Amino acid sequence: MVTWVAAALIAAGGAFFTAGLVGLLRFPDVYARIHAVTKADTLGLGLVALGVALVQPSPVHSARVLLVWILAALASGAAGHLLCRAAWLEEVEAGKRDTS
Amino acid sequence: MPNLALAFAAFVLTTAALGLVRVARGPTRADRMMAAQLFGSALASVLLVLSWGLDQPTLIDVALVFAALAPVTIVAFVQRAWW
Repeated sequence: MVTWVAAALIAAGGAFFTAGLVGLLRFPDVYARIHAVTKADTLGLGLVALGVALVQPSPVHSARVLLVWILAALASGAAGHLLCRAAWLEEVEAGKRDTS
Repeated sequence: MPNLALAFAAFVLTTAALGLVRVARGPTRADRMMAAQLFGSALASVLLVLSWGLDQPTLIDVALVFAALAPVTIVAFVQRAWW
């Protein structure tokens, strides 16, 4: 039973990675694309980590898996902000479809 | 279970590899960096799933290292390469 819940969570995480990819390839400007990828990082990796944490043999192992999630959530939030700020300071225009 | 884990790994790695299209097309450097970051977190999740599917708990530590090093590349990029 727990195995199936974990598998469902991991599959949902994979779906979020796919959504992040589609956003990265299809969204019109750099800020929208950063938004899409940050979502894939946080939710995709988060759901996968939650699923894997459920099936660990001991709470210590689960805690290690959840530590990966916490690190990645902090990192992707900070990275998204830093990249957006850098693009803004470089005066990349928002809300306009760029050439590619 | 190993087969399911390997299938998931192949799927997510294909996703990350398709993200390299954005690295090639740009147009800004932030776009290229975002694709690299997507690759990093996809790799971390693949390692987590493989640690379960192949019964190799050590891979969790590898994923931990990936998650810890991912922001370093972004910070170094923003600090040194953008301007």
